[in-house]
Amino acid sequence: MNPADEFRQYLGQHRTRRVFLGRAAQGLGSLALASLLKPGLLEAASPAAEDRWTGVVNPAHFPPRAKRVIWMTMAGGPSHLETFDPKPKLAEMHGKPMPESFTRGKQIAQLQGQKLVCYGPQLKFRNFGKSPAEICELFPQLGSVLDRVCMVRSMTSEAINHDPAHMFMNTGSQIAGRPSMGSWITYGLGCDAEDLPGFVVLTSLGRGGQNQPIAARQWASGFLPSRFQGVHLRGKGDPVLYLGNPPGVSRERQGRVIEAVNQLNSQHDAVVDDPEIAARIAQYEMAFQMQASVPGLMDASKESQKTLELYGCKPGDGSFASNCLLARRLAERGVRFIQLYHKDWDHHGGVKQGVEFKAQEIDRACMALITDLEQRDLLRDTIIVWAGEFGRTPMSQGGDGRDHHNAGFTIWLAGGGVRGGTVYGSTDELGYAAVENPIDVHDLHATLLRLLGIEHTRLSVKFQGLDARLTGIAGRVIPELMA
Amino acid sequence: MSALHAFRQTLVWMFAVTTAAAPAWAAPKVDFNRDIRPVLSDNCFACHGPDTAKMKGGLRLDVREAALAPAKSGKHAIVPGNAAGSEIIRRITSTDADDLMPPPESHKSISNTQRELLSRWIEQGAEYQGHWAYQIPKRPEAPAGPAAIDHLVGRQLATVGLKHSPEADRRELARRLHFDLLGLPAQPADVEAFANDTSPEAYERLVDRLIASPHFGERMAIGWLDVVRFADTIGYHSDNPRNIWPYRDYVIRAFNSNKPFDTFTREQLAGDLLAPGSVEQLVGSAFNRLLLTTEEGGAQTKDYESRYLTDRVRAVGAVWLGQTTGCAQCHDHKFDPFSTRDFYALGAFFADVKETIIGRREDGMFVTDDNQARELRRRRDVLNGVQTLLDGSHPELASVMAAWEQSLSAALAAEDRWNRLTPASASTSGDAKLKILDDRSLLASGAAPDTDTYTVRFTNGSPRIGGIRIEALPDDSLPAKGPGRASNGNFVLTEVVARFERPGAAPRAIPLTRARASHEQTTFAENNPYKAWTAASTFDLDSKGTSAGWAILPLPGQRHQLLLAPAQPVDWAPGETLVVELQQKHGNGHHTLGRFRIAVATDAALDSPGALPPPTDLAEALRVPADQRNETLRKRLVEAFKKQAPELASLRTLLEDAKKSVADYEASLPRCIVTERGDPRTVRVLPRGNWLIETGDIMEPTLPVALSANHAKPQRKLTRLDLAEWILSPDNPLPTRVVMNRLWKQFFGTGLSKVLDDLGAQGEPPSNPALLDWLACEFRSSGWNVKHMVRTIVLSSTYRQSSKPSKESLARDPEGRLLSRQSRWRLDAELVRDNALALGGLLVPTVGGPSVRPYQPDGYWENLNFPQRGYDASAGDGQYRRGLYTWWQRSYTHPSMLAFDAPTREECAADRPRSNIPQQALVLLNDPSYVEAAKAFASRILREAPADNAARLRWAVRQAVARDATPAELATLGKLLERQLADYRADSAAARAFISTGLWSPAVALDPAELAAWTDIARALLNLHETITRS
Repeated sequence: MNPADEFRQYLGQHRTRRVFLGRAAQGLGSLALASLLKPGLLEAASPAAEDRWTGVVNPAHFPPRAKRVIWMTMAGGPSHLETFDPKPKLAEMHGKPMPESFTRGKQIAQLQGQKLVCYGPQLKFRNFGKSPAEICELFPQLGSVLDRVCMVRSMTSEAINHDPAHMFMNTGSQIAGRPSMGSWITYGLGCDAEDLPGFVVLTSLGRGGQNQPIAARQWASGFLPSRFQGVHLRGKGDPVLYLGNPPGVSRERQGRVIEAVNQLNSQHDAVVDDPEIAARIAQYEMAFQMQASVPGLMDASKESQKTLELYGCKPGDGSFASNCLLARRLAERGVRFIQLYHKDWDHHGGVKQGVEFKAQEIDRACMALITDLEQRDLLRDTIIVWAGEFGRTPMSQGGDGRDHHNAGFTIWLAGGGVRGGTVYGSTDELGYAAVENPIDVHDLHATLLRLLGIEHTRLSVKFQGLDARLTGIAGRVIPELMA
Repeated sequence: MSALHAFRQTLVWMFAVTTAAAPAWAAPKVDFNRDIRPVLSDNCFACHGPDTAKMKGGLRLDVREAALAPAKSGKHAIVPGNAAGSEIIRRITSTDADDLMPPPESHKSISNTQRELLSRWIEQGAEYQGHWAYQIPKRPEAPAGPAAIDHLVGRQLATVGLKHSPEADRRELARRLHFDLLGLPAQPADVEAFANDTSPEAYERLVDRLIASPHFGERMAIGWLDVVRFADTIGYHSDNPRNIWPYRDYVIRAFNSNKPFDTFTREQLAGDLLAPGSVEQLVGSAFNRLLLTTEEGGAQTKDYESRYLTDRVRAVGAVWLGQTTGCAQCHDHKFDPFSTRDFYALGAFFADVKETIIGRREDGMFVTDDNQARELRRRRDVLNGVQTLLDGSHPELASVMAAWEQSLSAALAAEDRWNRLTPASASTSGDAKLKILDDRSLLASGAAPDTDTYTVRFTNGSPRIGGIRIEALPDDSLPAKGPGRASNGNFVLTEVVARFERPGAAPRAIPLTRARASHEQTTFAENNPYKAWTAASTFDLDSKGTSAGWAILPLPGQRHQLLLAPAQPVDWAPGETLVVELQQKHGNGHHTLGRFRIAVATDAALDSPGALPPPTDLAEALRVPADQRNETLRKRLVEAFKKQAPELASLRTLLEDAKKSVADYEASLPRCIVTERGDPRTVRVLPRGNWLIETGDIMEPTLPVALSANHAKPQRKLTRLDLAEWILSPDNPLPTRVVMNRLWKQFFGTGLSKVLDDLGAQGEPPSNPALLDWLACEFRSSGWNVKHMVRTIVLSSTYRQSSKPSKESLARDPEGRLLSRQSRWRLDAELVRDNALALGGLLVPTVGGPSVRPYQPDGYWENLNFPQRGYDASAGDGQYRRGLYTWWQRSYTHPSMLAFDAPTREECAADRPRSNIPQQALVLLNDPSYVEAAKAFASRILREAPADNAARLRWAVRQAVARDATPAELATLGKLLERQLADYRADSAAARAFISTGLWSPAVALDPAELAAWTDIARALLNLHETITRS
């Protein structure tokens, strides 16, 4: 059975029961809507609770170490050499030709056919005392919580251009049409949130201006049912597309229309006996509920002054820091997979100033999110991933920049089940290729799934005749990343 | 509604689950294709199947001879007639985890039922059958015409004791036919006329009328556009537009004109290879251009060449073969007879399709009708005529030309006017270094910041400064040979400041008031206040911003000059230092000077024709004495002369006008990227799909070996036309089944084989194999007649059944796969929109044309870049076109389309899921398109229906769902009307705001509160499940 059918059947079974309850008790629609118009009045009648998708991995394959993921995608490809991977040897080699032994036969993006010259790290590194990791000195806030962080300095990817590289990092494939990891996990584990999607995406821009495009397919559900697609919460306009009522239509007026629609639908169901109708009715209730709950979620103005200072943001400013705060609010509400895209890491030129900008934008926010989750006892079951779609070359581009690079770069993890305060793997002395404990995207996915209690080879669906998985036909769980 | 009802439904569901595993119609004789192949394919073929590289234990189970032969272990997997003696049975029932098959780590398992089936099959002789889809379809015995369908369905229903359901209600039939054949709602008048027409031909007449409608092609096109992945944009990265919509109209026309499907196939794969090479055939060949492409800088050619090849092979597999060929990109197919060599050999058919691997798509061929072609020819003839006149020799101008040449020579000599000064020092404001070269020019190196100011000092020179010249010079060390440091060789000189300095005294400015340049860039100047990169902007004291300046595209790699002058010459006193500051504050992309030289003159003679020496190419010609100039040099001078001779000014104006007339007309014509042949790219087998490995065998176009075994192939290099002929050949069992299976879904909601994109071993055997074979045979023998097939299907009683299940039908045919009833489903995304627009009376029924832009939430495209894009919703008729004309932006497909499961068309989509999600409610409730349609529907109710509320409500329900409202429904709607009306009367501002949604407003002013309240009635109706459901 394909997942859409499986889902439909599931829904059909559950709806039938719920429709029965609704009809038997008070007549459908009015009960649920009354509770929606007056939240808290009839908690027990909440329609969403019963319709919740509880996932195909139920029970879990392993005791889960974490329940949710906050994935910070540093879009554009951060330079590991100016952030988290110190390379003194590269500084020595600055200006000298890149030894061919490092680069022969490797993929190169914009530097194809050009003279390859070593470009020394442009920023200083130091130790912040809490971890063996030396990192760029522009990340002191992150440095202060480094004991929670597992640096992976031996990450690799197969793709070297933005669009396919994001696809690969998100879906494990460079071909469009595969589900993103957030969709897989929501499909596998369901969502604890009653009135929010299981997979939420937030985006923010950097002020350096190198904002590469991001396609909506990066959070698409591919061949999984649409319900598992990521929902992009937008900073401007309706936070969810079409969430706002038409002008002049108050919540009461909208509620009356929906009430009529649901009554008419259930009257029709009595004649034609179609389980899809019960599902339709529930979707209208869910939609109406989201219309109230999402704006509440997005409104961080009631956060304490202390919290706002911790993140260093003003609610609604659209910054990465604001999105980190929203991520915490989403995590609290049970959203399964939260992905934050922060753009402007594509430093073909001006890598020094570029990373300076980026450090100012993210350093405090990363620390704040880790700290805030921890003080709310959420860090122990939330995995934070910080990763670009690739890293950047040790070779210079245009005299002050770096090109795309996939043979070795750095990502970091923190939170639920992650072995904090450690460094895993390394690149060669020039920061070109991962040489010690290299890991690839499938390994990362496999490990994250394991932390969530899922055996990656067992989360599969039939697609084009194959048991398609997030990890393709590969993927190793890396025990050293786990606490 | 009672608890009993719900209980019954639950039982039905449970029954559905338990019966799904073992089909109720399973006969005791085990059928290999139905019962055994799926089990082997799912559990065994990955290691014991066609992929011989992955074969384990020397055992192959997909071929009988191999399965009966001893394996590496010496044991026999299958001993026909002896299940107990067959190793396979022992292994799948083993209790020893090391011995058990499939191995536990594969996470596959064989159920008890399946084990029993396998045993029974071996006992019965272990007969193999070729995979059903690879057998040539055989026409089963059946009566002719639609009755064949009913006969074959009825025969299968009888095996479970079922009969067809009764015919649907006539109103429902009319509505069903309209949605299935046109994708538009039936007009209530048409529904009534049909319902009351009792003649036996009424149904057939309606069918024939609908099939002849121009909207039939639109309806049929939707599925085809999905499977071929038609979209308006390139897909990758910047996802920029391309000219492709004429292909969409080609598809619509093909269905409307009932183009035979074989011709349709040939034109798409090889329209460029067909006679007579008409525009129509070429537009069809745009099929080969529908893939995803990129413009991303830094993308690697080999990488994308390989992506494009695999994209095209997957498309042929999806569109015509129903095969998941994509698997074979990296390894021999694990389940179907399709090898990696087959994959690349199939790709080689497309190696001659011209395609820019990385970069913008070309504008494409003009797609003109006869009138347009004639007009274009006329304008081009005029242009050619004027051009010929101008190009001709003009002996009457010989003396003028001689004088012109002389003045140029004089200007060349005037170079001496300029004194090239040796700089005393040169500095930059950033980390760049300036080096003084022997020819007194300065060369920048080191860091290349985005902004910089160069300060150059001179301690001796001429007694007076009447002009300053900046020469921008090419240099091999610079990108694109300079003269600038931007990657394209450009620079932007934003301001030139000159002054005298003397120790202990205030600096003395040299106010520059005029300037001229040898060349000024006019491109990329949309945001430049001067609309060009002018000399004038270098002495404006940045009064129009610091970003504007002098630049030189498209002429990098050459010498350029900028001359500046003060109003009056300024004396240079002894002891004074001349300081020239070159400010370059453009601020991105390293737009600074790479190599330059500064000279001064006592008189710049800025206004004299010889102020600027002739461009390098003319100077070269002039330096050769007239009688020694070769043809090239002579021609160069003549052309330059003609470009400026005042005597030819009117001819030049005529030429410009003629050019503009052609260009304007061309810009108004549709264009389409189509297939053009080029030098074939070399196609190699890429081991494991890795494009970095360039040692794989070179592949020539070759048909898939196993699938074409019985096909007579020409003994020459094969072309795309040969590929088309093989696809269409009677030896190829796949395409007729694939196409008919997809067509079946359009009329029954599910394919006969549910898996539309895979008829291979991992797909689903058809629920009624004889029926699919009959359709396939009929399709071919009818001459690939699509309308005939559609007509045959919808005229069948099977199609005309009610979709309301009887108890028996639900019990014995729970999913309806045996066709004991029609089925019901939510309309496709485009049709949801069309239906709402039609009910509102807004739909503009024009067929074809450029894609249009329905309202879209602001900022939805904010994550697109290169360039950033806004969205201008179409105005006027463009706003109310059918959904299939919506602009298809692959990376951000219109969100209300996506909500209703329209695919992004990044990949071929043979099938669409039908989800039921809250976003659909949000779209129908809040998308301005639907609010506006509701408003228009409301105004129709107020103007067209009888003027009392109950009658209006009845009229509206009939419009929306083509049936009479029930009293309960009228009560629900009446209550809503009453409450909204009172509410909007009390809050007229809200009413006005509400009904101002959308561009459309009623021609006659209506009471705002009344219109608002009725708009909510219309919204309720447009949101009904029934309104968006075909039943």
